[in-house]
Amino acid sequence: MRKVYMDNNATTRTRPEVVEAMLPYFSEIYGNASSIHQFGRSARTAVDQARQSIVSLLDASSPEEIIFTSGGTEADNLAIKGVVAALRSKGNHIITSSIEHHAVLNTCKFLEKERCRVTYVNVDGYGFVNLEEIKRAITDKTILITIMHANNEVGTIEPIEEIGSIAKERGVYFHTDAVQSTGKIPLDLKKMNIDLLSLSGHKLYGPKGVGALYIRKGTKITPQMLGGHHEMGKRAGTENVPGIVGLGLACELAQKEIAVDSKKLTELRDYFYKGITSKIEDVRLNGHPTSRLPNTLNVGFKYLEGESIILNLDMEGIGVSTGSACTSGSLEPSHVLTAMGVDPAETQGSVRFSLGRDNTKEDVDYVLAVLPPIIKRLRDMSPLFEKGK
Amino acid sequence: MEGQYSEKVMEHFRNPRNVGEIPDASGIGNVGNPVCGDIMRLYIKVDENEIITDAKFKTFGCGAAIATSSMVTELVKGKTIEDALKVSNHAVAEALGGLPKIKMHCSVLAEQALRSAIDDYLAKKKAKV
Repeated sequence: MRKVYMDNNATTRTRPEVVEAMLPYFSEIYGNASSIHQFGRSARTAVDQARQSIVSLLDASSPEEIIFTSGGTEADNLAIKGVVAALRSKGNHIITSSIEHHAVLNTCKFLEKERCRVTYVNVDGYGFVNLEEIKRAITDKTILITIMHANNEVGTIEPIEEIGSIAKERGVYFHTDAVQSTGKIPLDLKKMNIDLLSLSGHKLYGPKGVGALYIRKGTKITPQMLGGHHEMGKRAGTENVPGIVGLGLACELAQKEIAVDSKKLTELRDYFYKGITSKIEDVRLNGHPTSRLPNTLNVGFKYLEGESIILNLDMEGIGVSTGSACTSGSLEPSHVLTAMGVDPAETQGSVRFSLGRDNTKEDVDYVLAVLPPIIKRLRDMSPLFEKGK
Repeated sequence: MEGQYSEKVMEHFRNPRNVGEIPDASGIGNVGNPVCGDIMRLYIKVDENEIITDAKFKTFGCGAAIATSSMVTELVKGKTIEDALKVSNHAVAEALGGLPKIKMHCSVLAEQALRSAIDDYLAKKKAKV
């Protein structure tokens, strides 16, 4: 059976050249990057090089601004908790949005129990955060604005340049979770006034278990992981050298290919959606039509529930996911679609197709052949369908 | 999540039995709501001996919701109303080789759909008399 992977916002396949580059750092160059001898020095050289690749991709000012972490979640935790701890004497108020990834949302919820006040700003029907609400929410106790660059479920790209200038004007730190966007769309740290930025290796064809936090020089942050003097004293723990090497190369390749990849993916994605709308009735596009990640297509199939669609696609060798975080099995509708004001019944039937650089037109055509009969069969089974007729 | 479904659940999900409607149904049960993610509609046909001769369903919901709907129709066909009332959610789940804990509510919904169809039948019968 043909296998088609279209869940690249969940994770990507590590590029073969990335795997290749990592391998020697398990077996031949195995030193601890903090050791003073030649074994350690070789590892240190590789870590420094990888750091430089990230500096280059982000156009950061210096390598000291890049802190390696275990992934996007840790980077988000460090950014938010680290700033809160460092600025405790200044204030305790955080502004975020209602559509953040749970790495940000649950960190904020935790901090609410730790005497922080959090404002969750609303989004419109496309998933754009309300800039006026952000402005209004800022008080003299506000220490951090954390808004994602692009949403993982629907792909909408947030107006982070505007948010950055609001933050700068009011003297508030600005963190952005760029886990889904790094390497997919361009970003300008300086123009966007970003103080902190989280990224993850496995979303951009690098390995799992490694990520980074960009911390603009001079930003006050308290380390959350304590131990040795690693990572400029901001994140203790022996460096994951193979992972860091993989992340570095993935960033280097992303920088080279971002323009070509994003053009190709946008075309393929739009061709895909056009195909869906020409073959299936009563569908809706979730997210903004154009200001959206090139690879992300979140489609609502009216009268249906997402899991039944996904299971059927899985039986045909196609890997996709629901917009909703149904991994826990809770039947709560997606917090993102709900925040966007999508009708509760319609959030249930949303499916996220997230394309990757390996996907071809043939893959899309295969899904376009398989999907319509599945939708028809499930709709014939749905008591909502006849009501809608 | 699909990994937690038993073979039997997946088999009923793939080939659900008794999908559809019964135009002259003796009783119809409607349960669930779209906000929770499941809606079941169960139709039963009952003969003069109080035996369920046919059962069909329409369901909006996850894999487990479809499988439990399918199974409950299979379980009640040929049963008397009295026996059908004894079909519990556990019996439905058991017949499917078990359900993941988080999906047990689907079997509850199937039981409720059945009760609701039977109630509808009994109410109609009473109205006739």
